[in-house]
Amino acid sequence: MLCRRVIPCLDVANGRVVKGTRFVDLVDEGDPPELAERYAREGADELVYLDISAAPEGRGTLLDIVERTARRAFIPLTVGGGVRSVEDMRDVLRAGADKVSLNTRAVEDPELVRRCAARFGSQAVVVAIDARRVIPTEAIPSGFEVVVRGGRDAVGIDALAWAQRVVGLGAGELLVTSIDRDGTKAGFDTGQLRAISDLVRVPVIASGGAAGPDDFVAAVRDGGADAVLAAGIFHRREWSIAAVKAAMAAAGLPVRAVPDEAEVA
Amino acid sequence: MGAPDGSSVPVTVVDYGAGNLVSIEQALVAAGAVVRRAERADQIGNPALLVVPGVGASGPAMERLRAGGFERAILDWVADDRPFLGICLGLQLLFETSDEDQARTLGVLRGHTVRLDGAPTLPHIGWNQVERRHDHRAFAGIADGADFYFVHSYAGAPQDDDVVLAETEHGRRFTAAVARGNLLGVQFHPERSGRDGLRLIANVVGLAAEVA
Repeated sequence: MLCRRVIPCLDVANGRVVKGTRFVDLVDEGDPPELAERYAREGADELVYLDISAAPEGRGTLLDIVERTARRAFIPLTVGGGVRSVEDMRDVLRAGADKVSLNTRAVEDPELVRRCAARFGSQAVVVAIDARRVIPTEAIPSGFEVVVRGGRDAVGIDALAWAQRVVGLGAGELLVTSIDRDGTKAGFDTGQLRAISDLVRVPVIASGGAAGPDDFVAAVRDGGADAVLAAGIFHRREWSIAAVKAAMAAAGLPVRAVPDEAEVA
Repeated sequence: MGAPDGSSVPVTVVDYGAGNLVSIEQALVAAGAVVRRAERADQIGNPALLVVPGVGASGPAMERLRAGGFERAILDWVADDRPFLGICLGLQLLFETSDEDQARTLGVLRGHTVRLDGAPTLPHIGWNQVERRHDHRAFAGIADGADFYFVHSYAGAPQDDDVVLAETEHGRRFTAAVARGNLLGVQFHPERSGRDGLRLIANVVGLAAEVA
C-alpha cells in the first residue's frame, strides 16, 4: 500500500534555509544541503526546496545549491521558486530535482503547466496553490481564494476551480498551503484540504499550520491528504520525523519505517 | 564497493535531455562506479553497465533517443546481453509501445506500457512495497516487500510473464521490476530510495563488474 509521506520543507532565501511567517521576520535555520542530509537520515520521505527569494528578486533558481542539496540526500527532491519556463524546469531537473513546483508563474501563465507536463510528464509537475478563506461570492463560490506572491496578493480565483484547471492542464500533484494557517501552529485547514482532495485524483500535499503529530494525522484522515509538509517544527527540533510517523502509524495510516541507518552517502 | 578486485567500474548514463541525472550519478559513484554521461551514442564508450534513467514523457524521450543515435545502440547492447539498467521511463521505453503519447518505443521486451487507470491516486507518487516473484542478485540484502520510491502514471505490462521480477500494488498489481539475462528494469527510483535503493544499485554495479 502506498505510504503517506512526511515532507520537511526547506524555504531557502539567498542560499540559507529560513523560516518566518511567510517572508516576514525570516530567521536563519541552516544550510540546505546539511538539513537535507539530516532529514534523509531521520526518515523524511521526500524534501521540498522552495527558493523563496528567486521570484522577488526576479531571477531563476540558484542551481548550484539545488545540486549540492540533491547530492547529499538519496530521497526525492521537489524544487520551487524561480521556474518561469520549460527551459528553467529542465535546468532545475538537471541540477538534481525530481519534480518542480509552479506557483505564481502558473497563475500568470497557466499554459506553462501544460508545456512542462508535455515535456517532462505530469509526474514531475507540482502546482503549489496558496489559498485563504474568504466569504463566498459569485467569483469565489467555495470560499477558498487563490493568493500569490507568498500570500500577499489575492487574484480573484476560486481555489477549487483552479485546482481542477491545473490538473486538467497536466499538474501531477498539488501542494496546498493555507495562508491563514501558515506559521500559526493552528493546525492544517482540513476543510480546505478535503474540498480539494475530494475534487482531484492527483496526490495532495498538505501545508501550513503544523504544530505537532496530531495535525499530520488530521491532514490525512480528515483532509484526505496523501502527504504532509512542515518546516519550522522540524528545523527547530520541536518534533522528530520519527515521532510524527509513530503517531500516524498508531492512527492506522501506512507510513514508511524510519531507517535505522543513514540514508546518505 | 565496486569490482571484486577493488577497481572502479565504468558505467555510462544515457543523457537524453530530460530529467535528473545528478541523483543516479551520485548513487553510482557511491557504489564504486566511474560514471560517464553520453549525449550521443558515439559517447557510450565501452562501459561495464549502461544505464537509461528516466524522467520525462515517452514521446519526447523517444525523439531525443533517436536524435542521439541511441535507439540502435541500445538495441545492439541488449541483443548482446550486456549489463543494462533501465529506471522508470528507462524501463517503459524497453516495451513495444506506450499509451503515453501513443509512442512507438524500443521493443526490446514484448508488451506495452499502459496507464495505471483505476488507481486511487494518479500519478502514483511515493514509497510503496516491492514484492518479488523470485530471487535475483540485484535485490541481495534487501527485504522482500521493502519500500521503494515511485513517481509515475504508466507502467510496462510484459507479455512474457517470466521476465517479471517484482510487482507492486496501487489499485491493481503492476510490474515493478523486470529481469532478462543481464538486463534489469525497475519502475521505481533506486537512486531516490534511500539505503535499499543504494544497495540495489551497488548490487547491479557489482554484477556488471563480474560480467565485464
